[in-house]
Amino acid sequence: MRLLLNALTLIGEYFMFLGKVFSVPERWKQFFKKTIDEMYSMGVGSLPIVIIVSIIMGAVVTIQTGLQIESSWIPKWTVGFTARTSIVMEFCPTILSLLLIGNMGSRITAEIGGMRVTEQIDALDAMGINSASFLVLPKIVALLIVNPILIVISMFLALLGGYLVALMGTVVAPYNYIDGITSFFRMYDLYYALIKTVVFAFVISSIASFYGYKIEGGALELGKASTQAVVTSSFLLLILNLIITQIML
Amino acid sequence: MITVKNIYKQFDDFEVLKNINTQFEEGKINLIIGRSGSGKTVLLKCIIGLMKPTSGQILFDNRDFSIFSEKEQKKMKMEMGVVFQGAALFDSLTIQENVMFPLNMLTDQSLEEKLERINYCLQRVGLENTNHLYPSELSGGMKKRAAIARAIAAKPRYLFCDEPNSGLDPKTSIMIDELLFGITHEFNITTIINSHDLNTVITIGENIAYLQDGCLEWQGNKENVLTSDNQKLNSFIYAQPLTQKIREFIKQ
Repeated sequence: MRLLLNALTLIGEYFMFLGKVFSVPERWKQFFKKTIDEMYSMGVGSLPIVIIVSIIMGAVVTIQTGLQIESSWIPKWTVGFTARTSIVMEFCPTILSLLLIGNMGSRITAEIGGMRVTEQIDALDAMGINSASFLVLPKIVALLIVNPILIVISMFLALLGGYLVALMGTVVAPYNYIDGITSFFRMYDLYYALIKTVVFAFVISSIASFYGYKIEGGALELGKASTQAVVTSSFLLLILNLIITQIML
Repeated sequence: MITVKNIYKQFDDFEVLKNINTQFEEGKINLIIGRSGSGKTVLLKCIIGLMKPTSGQILFDNRDFSIFSEKEQKKMKMEMGVVFQGAALFDSLTIQENVMFPLNMLTDQSLEEKLERINYCLQRVGLENTNHLYPSELSGGMKKRAAIARAIAAKPRYLFCDEPNSGLDPKTSIMIDELLFGITHEFNITTIINSHDLNTVITIGENIAYLQDGCLEWQGNKENVLTSDNQKLNSFIYAQPLTQKIREFIKQ
């Protein structure tokens, strides 16, 4: 009963926090500047990990798919087709977003939490500035823009990773792979993937900001808040993945 | 003038402030003194508007802060400058950007006007040529002075400082006290300082409120703080061996 009450209180606090965040920016110029800065740091900062993980993930998915489809009854292009479908619809949007929770989510919690602990948020409030909106809204908007771009880049790189495997010639021939990844392409699959990334971006940025913003105490609480933010975001992301998939497919 | 009327503040079952009634005078250094945990910071945060009192009123020149609309509260906050205990400078911004921050957010001044004001404020606190440094590159005393420069940048009518010389060496502490005293009288600001620094109390305390366990136990000024008969105040003032010696000297 107490656990349920705590959970409901937390959900209530989260929505009240969002109410504070979604208010008209006090200075549009400052808002745009902060959003561009956030987009740069989130996008460029995450690019190395996105590149490495995507290429490896694409290669592994292609190898595993190729090894499962070893029958003369099944056309050779099926490997590329299946790998593409898994990469575009599930691996890139979900796995990459889970990875970005660890990268961007914990960074957001630490940044905002650090500002809370060192009274920088109090300083903003004392000036009459809506600190939640000033600090968090640019992060949410930036990630809503950056996350789909990162995921699209990741899709291309993962397919490239599969092609590199194909070039080795052990699992599938390169022309069969190209044939497969270009066959039966549905734009709807990409829309589905992009809608997921936008929803995930909102979850990552808002949950991480919420846990950072509500910190009370010092460095110990900051560490706890980062862990809680990562765990809660990951859990929510998987639940939402299931819900969106049920609705859209 | 800031008037505090029947202020109570409670966290769960714990009463931090109990029926505080006092006045902080215009154009003077007003000190709130007391031991750690006596409720000084909570009282200051209630006055600034960072915490809502459980009951009571806070009047700024007879205007009740608690019944202001959000817009009026925001306008009111533009008249306040706050120096936090840890300086609370934005560590991703340079000192110039920190001091310019309230001007960017609260005014429509041109860049030239803002730069002129920033350079004046930095020069006033003795931090010329630090414009392009980051807070992490400054010493503790310099950070406090930069925070004071930021607090006065938007020409406030009220200045609030939460333990401005905590963690500083005695010489830097005196420098900060002199700076706050100078600024208060130069611009006729109503300044409220939270402190448990006895040097601050006896040198710049023009109006002193002593809190103990959330109650206002004594009010006076630097002239009578050392000669008061109030037992509770004396147990705070003369807690250290050095001040006990001063007391014996005064008695003689």
